[in-house]
Amino acid sequence: MKRIQTMQTKNVSKTVKTGGCGECQTSCQSACKTSCGVANQKCENQNNK
Amino acid sequence: MVHQYQLNGYHIVLDTCSGSVHSVDEVAYDMIAMYKNTDEAEIISAILEKYSDRSDVNEAEIKECLEDIKALEKDGKLFSEDQFEQLAYDYKNNSKVIKALCLHIAHTCNLNCSYCFASQGKYQGERALMSFEVGKRAFDFLIEHSGTRRNLEVDFFGGEPLMNWEVVKQLVAYARSIEKQHNKNFRFTLTTNGVLLDDEIIDFLNKEMSNVVLSLDGRKEINDHFRRDYKGKGSYDVIVPKFKRLVEKRGGKDYYMRGTFTHNNVDFTNDIFHMADLGFTELSMEPVVCPPDDPYALTKEDQPIIFEQYEILAKEMIKRKAEGKPFTFYHYMLDLENGPCIYKRITGCGSGTEYMAVTPWGELYPCHQFVGDEKYSLGNIFDGIQNTKVQDEFRMCNAYAKEECKDCWAKLYCSGGCAANAYHATGKVNGIYQYGCELFKKRIECAVMIQVAQAEQAE
Repeated sequence: MKRIQTMQTKNVSKTVKTGGCGECQTSCQSACKTSCGVANQKCENQNNK
Repeated sequence: MVHQYQLNGYHIVLDTCSGSVHSVDEVAYDMIAMYKNTDEAEIISAILEKYSDRSDVNEAEIKECLEDIKALEKDGKLFSEDQFEQLAYDYKNNSKVIKALCLHIAHTCNLNCSYCFASQGKYQGERALMSFEVGKRAFDFLIEHSGTRRNLEVDFFGGEPLMNWEVVKQLVAYARSIEKQHNKNFRFTLTTNGVLLDDEIIDFLNKEMSNVVLSLDGRKEINDHFRRDYKGKGSYDVIVPKFKRLVEKRGGKDYYMRGTFTHNNVDFTNDIFHMADLGFTELSMEPVVCPPDDPYALTKEDQPIIFEQYEILAKEMIKRKAEGKPFTFYHYMLDLENGPCIYKRITGCGSGTEYMAVTPWGELYPCHQFVGDEKYSLGNIFDGIQNTKVQDEFRMCNAYAKEECKDCWAKLYCSGGCAANAYHATGKVNGIYQYGCELFKKRIECAVMIQVAQAEQAE
């Protein structure tokens, strides 16, 4: 596309079927302890990539 | 839902529900803004008029771009539908496991930081150290309630956890002795002010802790303003050499140097750059959590300055990465390809449900920020959860629980926000801490921009 560059991203909608294993880190446990960002959490599920 | 913004010369379009990110030119940017509420003929004439001085913008070009937008819409990457609300409630209602504990191993501290949300480690109560017996029971409680979850997190927190070091070591040994038989993998974190670090402790932490959080506020004069001992002496000169030694010996394992910024240092990027210049590369800097009438509380007037600071930080990170001197900022970490699934994005941090704090006496609270507030006591590790009413309140926290979040483009990045921040700002765990929301949104805009810029640089 000439005017639109689309980044490679995980299709969040598709993870409705493959996600939810719950093995990932608790959001604020790792560093901040004062906010609830989930976007920077790693996915632990190999089937979800 | 679509969010459009311009930053650092980029025109960025986020499609919230699919997680798609588009970097577009100004023509496509304007067309996407009009696409849903303007008919095609009007879009074409408006674009032709606005860009009449541009030879590359003609009717055929505009129609081609419209086709591209339609294709992205059809592919679910633009204007995708939000279909997740019911999932958020169902997932949290059906999930009864606990997977993470914040162990308050020491309700005491060897520093006397006046801005401490935990009132110098005491959490509005008595000084106390957790006994091995209470800690051991906390691990057993976690295993009993963890269901089939394999990865379990335990954060040794305080106060200052190194003031109860022997118990930390005993508990790690205990956890390691039982994890295999229960098919669990413990991931430990320890958060420290660094004062008591020595080689023995550093070697143990580097062997056993998946992550270590090192508290430093940045420049010496900034750090020493709040982070002082009981004689009033600043901690910087004592802790920085120890932190350096820990990181040198850490062998690349995770750590974060974490600071707090306040009204006194809204130019906090200088503190982050100071940490980076000291050689630390995994950095986090958080807005202070305190009552709004505290002299160091962030003010409305600080907000535009903080926004600018986040932009300065993002641009400097792009620059330093290109120069081969990269560093990480916790809130700008964004893995667009392998980030969290939708369930993680809608159900929030899990406080009060899958994550809890344990006091030195074994009481359970929804998270470390509620410790000491009796009405939020959930029960204890001996008798289990008794206050199901409060737990149900936390079970309801998700990206859709608040009216204000439903139309917010950032809800799948913040998942409804921090319940403790909301409670402190509004008196309700389901309230809106608007100030925090605005900072959060700015950080996500910067984080995405960095991804776009770095993708462009890689081409």
